Amino acid sequence: MHPRDLLNEAMAGLLARPVRSVLTTLGTVLGITTLVVTLGVAATAGNQIVGRFDELTATSVTVEVPENPFPLVDWADVDRVTRLRGVVSAAALAESNQSANLTVRSNDMVDPTRVTDQTLTVVASSPGLPAAVKGRMVEGRYFDAGHIARGDKVVVLGRHAAKMLGITRLERAPAVFIGTQAYTVIGVLGDLKREKSLASAVMLPPAVGKRYGLSTVTRVLVNTGLGAAELIAKQAPAALSPGNEALLQVISPASPTRARDAVEDDVNALFLILGLVSLVVGAVGIANVTLVTVMERIAEIGLRRALGAARRHVAAQFLLESTLTGLTGGVVGASVGIVVVVAVCAAKQWTPVLDVRLAVMAPAAGAVVGLLAGLYPALRAARMEPVNALR
Amino acid sequence: MPEPVILLDDLTKEFPTDPPVRALSAINLRVERSDYVAIVGPSGSGKSTLLNMLGLLDRPTSGSYRLDGIETTMLKDSARTTVRGSRIGFVFQSFHLLPHRSVLENVMLAEVYGGGSRKGRRERALRALERVRLSHRVEFLPGRMSGGERQRAAIARALMGEPALLLCDEPTGNLDSKNTDAVLDLFDDLRAQGMTIVVITHENEVSERAARRVRITDGTLAEEEMCTRATC
Ligand SMILES: Nc1ncnc2c1ncn2[C@@H]1O[C@H](COP(=O)(O)OP(=O)(O)OP(=O)(O)O)[C@@H](O)[C@H]1O
Ligand SMILES: [Mg+2]
Repeated sequence: MHPRDLLNEAMAGLLARPVRSVLTTLGTVLGITTLVVTLGVAATAGNQIVGRFDELTATSVTVEVPENPFPLVDWADVDRVTRLRGVVSAAALAESNQSANLTVRSNDMVDPTRVTDQTLTVVASSPGLPAAVKGRMVEGRYFDAGHIARGDKVVVLGRHAAKMLGITRLERAPAVFIGTQAYTVIGVLGDLKREKSLASAVMLPPAVGKRYGLSTVTRVLVNTGLGAAELIAKQAPAALSPGNEALLQVISPASPTRARDAVEDDVNALFLILGLVSLVVGAVGIANVTLVTVMERIAEIGLRRALGAARRHVAAQFLLESTLTGLTGGVVGASVGIVVVVAVCAAKQWTPVLDVRLAVMAPAAGAVVGLLAGLYPALRAARMEPVNALR
Repeated sequence: MPEPVILLDDLTKEFPTDPPVRALSAINLRVERSDYVAIVGPSGSGKSTLLNMLGLLDRPTSGSYRLDGIETTMLKDSARTTVRGSRIGFVFQSFHLLPHRSVLENVMLAEVYGGGSRKGRRERALRALERVRLSHRVEFLPGRMSGGERQRAAIARALMGEPALLLCDEPTGNLDSKNTDAVLDLFDDLRAQGMTIVVITHENEVSERAARRVRITDGTLAEEEMCTRATC
């Protein structure tokens, strides 16, 4: 028997009763739609959560140091955090209310009518700050241990602050005045990923920061390797201030895996079960209708046997009919499901995540459902004795 | 001498009902190539049962049936199916046309299960329909046709694939005398081409034009002397 003849006969069998064939696919359509929507929405929602817990957030740990009669964290203590396994970079920062709004002025007084006074935040930091904020020295360099030890009167400007002060080049060693004190600008820090407000701040070495009340560390910025944040969040306080760790406040990212699991547990399981149940119901529906069809077409089976159809030909035809029914249900279900996923994403303003495998597997699953459902009816049809079928 | 097309030797069929029905008892029959045999007998005598045996649609309880020299009672189901599909054409008492397929498609169905090529199938079917003078009903559904037209469509289907043996159960039951004559003329043509024909019939007109007539009564078969128009 030619495969095209088989397909032809199966199609003719289905199209002979079009309404019944359409109704038969409904269960599969429902099941496949539910599965595609559940898996599609879950993948999309999962992606949203992963998106929110992006790498930056997932690796940023901040330790807040509260005011205390004696300094809880010393500037040198940051080195102990840097040495912890899993820490990529760390820096200490001193901020105070007193230094939050200082008048800063550049020495460039070519045009006396121009207002060059700016109100800027002044902070003190340890030398590792550019790495800790994941920034880049746009110009010059950051101050190092040498500057600090010597008590050099140098500053680094945030890129935005530099712009406001009109400082673009450092070749001629420009100076800025904080109050009446002059400082040499040795670098401009830009492209900050964390603590972006520092882009409009003036950074001082701790030694000179004391003048503006920036003597004690108020905050420590830590960057960890991916997945190490939770552990570092536990270890950092003890490393910074042994014995006083309880006084320090740690801000660390929530564990992304746990958030994601929760979503899957809550929503997915229910809908997956619903989809599978619909699919089973769909399969039972196809099996039922195919069996009825076989019984209605006993004479046709007899005729086909008389015309030389072997048992396997009869079985193949009914199997193909039920498989095509399932496949149609799968294709329609997958299409409807994808439309629903896109609609849900549009409503929630998510980026739809459509797995190509899902779009291929869903119709295949429908076909398999049809194939399985057709097994018993096809067997019944094939077993029929021609003489009984023709009676 | 060549093998006969049909050779029945003590063929018996008993249905395992309670009490068992012996529909055919120890039938002996020899049918040569190009023979035209009419089977007559009262209702319930076993005519259709015999035709089912000849068409390999059912297996006898005992006895032997050699078709073209091949012992068919020993054959496996698949081999019987192949023989049936390739050598035997059926015209059933109730036509058995597929209601949702056009006459042409119904006729073409006869070639679907053979190993033959799909090419030219349509033309062969159209020619078969022409032979039964049904060319004007090619695209009709069987339900839209008269009983006689359906019967002729069934005959056309049986002619597809040019079987060596044509088995007909009441092939002219629904035909008027004009169409009956046409079908009988067709049978004469087919015999002339070497086809062997076995026909169950109630009609004298049909059995008279057959070369042989056998009568079944209560499952036993007896050859009848031909009573031609001249001798009756
Ligand atoms: N499957 C069966 N089981 C039991 N008995 C059967 C079966 N098939 C046929 N018979 C019996 O066998 C006998 C012969 O039946 P068959 O159909 O061959 O008659 P027939 O000669 O074709 O009659 P008609 O001219 O009415 O078609 C009948 O008595 C019938 O009841
Ligand atoms: Mg009968």
